[in-house]
Amino acid sequence: MSKILPSYSLKVKNLQLIRSRRDILSNICLSVKSGEALILRGANGIGKTSLLMALAGYLHIEAGLIGWEKTKQDDDEKTAYEDMHFISHQYAIKENLSLTENLKFWADMNGGSKDDVFMALEKAGLGHGADFEALMLSQGQKKRLSLARLLVSKKPIWLLDEPTSALDSEGDKWVASLIDNHLDDGGLVIAATHLDLPMKKNKRIKTIILGQDK
Amino acid sequence: MSMKPFNAILIRDIKLASRSFGDVLTLVLFFIMIGVIIPFAIGPNKMLLASIAPGIIWMAAFLSSLLAIDRFFRADFEDGSLLAMRHANISLSAIAFAKLIALWVITILPLIIATPILAMMLFMDFEILIRTILSLLAGTPALIAFGGIGAAITVSLKRGGLIAPVLILPISIPILIFGISSIKANAGIGVESAAMLFLIAISLLAMVFAPFAIALALRLDQE
Amino acid sequence: MKKSSSATEQTLKKMNWFDKLAHPGQFLKWSKYLVLPLTIITILLFTIGLWFAFFNSPEDYQMGDTVRIMYVHVPNAWLSQFTYMAMAVSAIGTLVWRHPIADVSMKVAAPLGAAFTAIALFTGSLWGRPTWGTFWEWDGRMTATLILLFMYLGLIALWKSFDDQLRAAKLIAVLTLVGAVNIPIIKFSVDWWNTLHQSSSISPSGIAMPPSIYIPLFVMMFAFTFLFITLHIVGMRTEILRRKADALERKSLNQNEKRG
Repeated sequence: MSKILPSYSLKVKNLQLIRSRRDILSNICLSVKSGEALILRGANGIGKTSLLMALAGYLHIEAGLIGWEKTKQDDDEKTAYEDMHFISHQYAIKENLSLTENLKFWADMNGGSKDDVFMALEKAGLGHGADFEALMLSQGQKKRLSLARLLVSKKPIWLLDEPTSALDSEGDKWVASLIDNHLDDGGLVIAATHLDLPMKKNKRIKTIILGQDK
Repeated sequence: MSMKPFNAILIRDIKLASRSFGDVLTLVLFFIMIGVIIPFAIGPNKMLLASIAPGIIWMAAFLSSLLAIDRFFRADFEDGSLLAMRHANISLSAIAFAKLIALWVITILPLIIATPILAMMLFMDFEILIRTILSLLAGTPALIAFGGIGAAITVSLKRGGLIAPVLILPISIPILIFGISSIKANAGIGVESAAMLFLIAISLLAMVFAPFAIALALRLDQE
Repeated sequence: MKKSSSATEQTLKKMNWFDKLAHPGQFLKWSKYLVLPLTIITILLFTIGLWFAFFNSPEDYQMGDTVRIMYVHVPNAWLSQFTYMAMAVSAIGTLVWRHPIADVSMKVAAPLGAAFTAIALFTGSLWGRPTWGTFWEWDGRMTATLILLFMYLGLIALWKSFDDQLRAAKLIAVLTLVGAVNIPIIKFSVDWWNTLHQSSSISPSGIAMPPSIYIPLFVMMFAFTFLFITLHIVGMRTEILRRKADALERKSLNQNEKRG
């Protein structure tokens, strides 16, 4: 990428979350900054998705602190919440629109260009079917299309909920390379997963296992 | 703020409605059928029908739009689109505003286009038809705005169905009152234009404030 | 969203005097001492008010004894609106301070409001029978009250449709406030519509009142208002206890799950 991404840091202190009157997470502390990836691990139902949603600013925080901070000032006035993109387990795909139309919509919403759309479809391995309706896609292909949203969204912070679900091992590698490339560009990734991602093992990947300290 | 995301929502929603045209057609059919069953209920008296035709058309439009409420945000909520839009380069209230405009185009505009068919069957004067269409144009944005609030509040309910119309109907009564009075009033001069002004005022205020209420409700839906 | 480029979101819990008083557990403690005095005041007010209303106020020269319906009708009509106001204030509490006590207050007020509104309508139509000659008249006040009843019933239906009462409270608060904004518009439009279509309907509440009528009326207004306050507090206590029982049940379920 030509432009240097704005950099952010995140510090979470003693976070407590309550949803549906159930205490789902308590005393969570973590920190991550641009150029780093944070992998949230843990069994199903431990609250990975809720933590991601809290970091995205969707949830009411019962106690504690979530602090996003811009570490390098740049000319635009965006806050962290305007500079992130969240890929949930839902695909957010309209089946009656073609693959290109689907991605073009997200590009328009998030500041991508038309060229980005073609590139993203190529990279997701969906380039040959760009004009097909999304109706025709398999589950794995839908997941790839929803992840391709990241490539057309010019957002430095990625929040990914189970990015490899419904994907084969080839897909896992693709996701890992997406994250690696994003980190190379100075992005920030927080991903919840219950599988190991085949990423280049290095210092910039942090892992937190939820529900172990109890 | 650039208009790109705003237009993208408008274009996408209208495109989606045109791809699944059956939904639009069903609503228009419902609208016409309501108008058509009234003569069966009260008899085919030409004079009587002509005199209550504006009321019938407003009722048909009112009921049709209530029927459509539940669909307003449901697809976007259930497939995760609303969640993914949360961090777009556009605020959630602006998204709600764009969606209200798109909803007006895909639910109300087809009904207004179909109005002459009903007018013909109910022996309406041409002048009254024009006034009815004008009053629908002035009042239906408020109907959509209120409907949007009802839809946003009930979108997380699996069985939303009937509840949103029941919530929205009472607060929509002023729209119906001013809507019909702006067409034909039998008391006093200037009543029609006063009603028309009230109607336009309600529509403008509703379209300005509803997006904030909708955005608030949609945020709460995802908590 | 905040405009500052370094956005630090702070949500640390503070406890001021209001939070302490309004904490559900604390509320249960101090409201316990209110129930009995409030009940006594309500009963006293009703005794005095009803005695005045039945034995110590004049008949109307036109309406005769039916004027006494007014002593029930007017307080209920007032409460039908007062309760909505209380609900709207609670709704602000729910949305702005996210306080559970506001949720509970809002939830308990809805059926009370519906009951007062229904009684106002019922007594209104009883009163209307000799005055208008029919039980129902599309009178501006009656029609607006009917619409208010629909709004209460809609809110009650919405409470029942949600499984998660915490989520419900916030969404219902939005609707309650939208309704509150619309009530004046509804009243205005209905009055406007009413004067448009019938120029000559006698509104029974538009009569000049001598002190012998308005003193008992005021006593009855206070009596019904205290009835509302008493029922509201008792209802809130019940709802809080019910929620506590729910929470305990859930807890024991979770523990069994962990053991098993």
